[in-house]
Amino acid sequence: MSTPTALPGRIGLVLTARHSFALAGRGVTRFMKSPIQLVDVILTPIISLLMFVYLFGQAMSGGDTDRYLQLVTPGVMVMAVFQASIGIGASLCADASTGIFDRFRSMPIARSGPLIGAVLADVVRYVVCLGTLVVLALVMGYRFQTGPVAALAALALLIGFAFSFSWISVFLGMLIKNPTSVQGLMTILILPLSFASNVFIPKDSMAGWLRAWSGVNPVSLVSDAVRGLLNGGPVAASMGGTLAWMAGVMVVFVPLAVRAYRKNAG
Amino acid sequence: MAYAIRAEGLVKKYGDFTALDGVDLEVPAGQVVGVLGPNGAGKTTTVRILATLMRPDGGHATIGGHDIVKDPVRVRQLIGLTGQYASVDEALSGAENLVLIGRLLGLSRRDAKARAAELLENFSLTEAARKPIATFSGGMRRRLDLAASLVGRPQVLFLDEPTTGLDPHARQEVWDVVRRLVADGSTVLLTTQYLEEADQLADSITVFDKGRKVAEGRPGELKRRVGGQILQVRPTLAADAAQVAAVLTELTGHSPAQDSGVLTVPADDPLLVAAVARRLDGAGIAADELGLRLPSLDEVFLALTGHAPAAAEAQPAAA
Repeated sequence: MSTPTALPGRIGLVLTARHSFALAGRGVTRFMKSPIQLVDVILTPIISLLMFVYLFGQAMSGGDTDRYLQLVTPGVMVMAVFQASIGIGASLCADASTGIFDRFRSMPIARSGPLIGAVLADVVRYVVCLGTLVVLALVMGYRFQTGPVAALAALALLIGFAFSFSWISVFLGMLIKNPTSVQGLMTILILPLSFASNVFIPKDSMAGWLRAWSGVNPVSLVSDAVRGLLNGGPVAASMGGTLAWMAGVMVVFVPLAVRAYRKNAG
Repeated sequence: MAYAIRAEGLVKKYGDFTALDGVDLEVPAGQVVGVLGPNGAGKTTTVRILATLMRPDGGHATIGGHDIVKDPVRVRQLIGLTGQYASVDEALSGAENLVLIGRLLGLSRRDAKARAAELLENFSLTEAARKPIATFSGGMRRRLDLAASLVGRPQVLFLDEPTTGLDPHARQEVWDVVRRLVADGSTVLLTTQYLEEADQLADSITVFDKGRKVAEGRPGELKRRVGGQILQVRPTLAADAAQVAAVLTELTGHSPAQDSGVLTVPADDPLLVAAVARRLDGAGIAADELGLRLPSLDEVFLALTGHAPAAAEAQPAAA
């Protein structure tokens, strides 16, 4: 029997990272065992892109769908990956009510580990989502106007954006403990962010107050940054604003989510 | 004596409902203590508090000398938990579950695989190791669950109703596993609704009812505490039962209980068996069975709590 003092009394950062990666591995294994969980991140981008280009694009660009495809693809990427990021709260909420989470709670692992692990595993969903979109857009005639480095930077920014904003969903999932309510709330939350943005409508055509919001809306900012990185154009300001949003959201919602998870146990 | 588990005055409330109302518990290292009680008695709440899954509203407890509230990380390094519901990932295979737990406990990939293989072998799960848990029988699931709580070689093991919902064969398998653990020197706190289970496995038994401890002691002590011994007679011919009952009533002053051909009556006088034997012999009545026994734990439970253990009361599931 080891003496009491030989046991570490708290979990350090290195161990937290190790636990999180082990638990992310669990999430990825689950995706691989039942790929049906990835259907939404494959179908949603396909339907969105086809709909925007051939349905709205026809009307909005006076028949020049090629030009509209070039314009709308970065925005659809933002929307699709944002959409993909909100599902985690509901799925984690369902997962946390199963016995395996009781086991995690009784083990000497970081309290934040199961949450970070789940958020990391969801990166697989974002990659599948963006990969589907890129392939489809290329087939439809989309062309990157910049180099491969800028394109990769755009994809990395999108994944980082989804990663940070998914913590809002994680927080609500841990707070509300009801998967259906969490999903509903998240959908309501992303509506004003998505539609009051410059993804579909140019900022100049909006009313004054809406234009003001659209200017600081993280969805507008990340869309500008991604557009700049993929189609060419200025990126510094929008990129800075996006990174500031990502940092801000994580500073607020990671601690809130971990706290809610701790309390969740009773 | 070194205590592996020590709890004093544990209280837990869910709104107006008091799940635990000041429970004390002491488990010496290397012993198996059975916590026995009906649904809603506070057994699971006690285990969840001791395993650091929830905080008590009052009282305090230590595991291996570490406070469960102030020092939960150290406590978690000493314990293993098998909950009432399978605490494994149903989407993963048995081997994947055990390897994940090994990795989380700091084993290298190789060591985690080796430990998983060893446990699967010990629990006769090697053949099913790669299969999805959804295809497992109830007994296999529970064995995997037990294996999962043993990956880190815990000093203190909590088994919360480990055989609830299992058929008799699977129950026997789980009992065998628990017996082997005890032989290895683990300290085990086992909750159960089955008196037979506590009787079979535990060194001592603590009886809970409505969030309180109502009795504790070795199984034999508890049986004796409830009042002496029981005389049991099974007449060879069922038709003789009435006459046997008359004899027993006359000799003891109590009218005997009758159940499927067996008559039982409290026996305070050690010479009673001989007296009954003489009277039956004189009356020409043959008996297949005639002797003294300790009361069963069911009878003990009834005497201690005033209600039968099977009479599960409607209480919140969390309790």
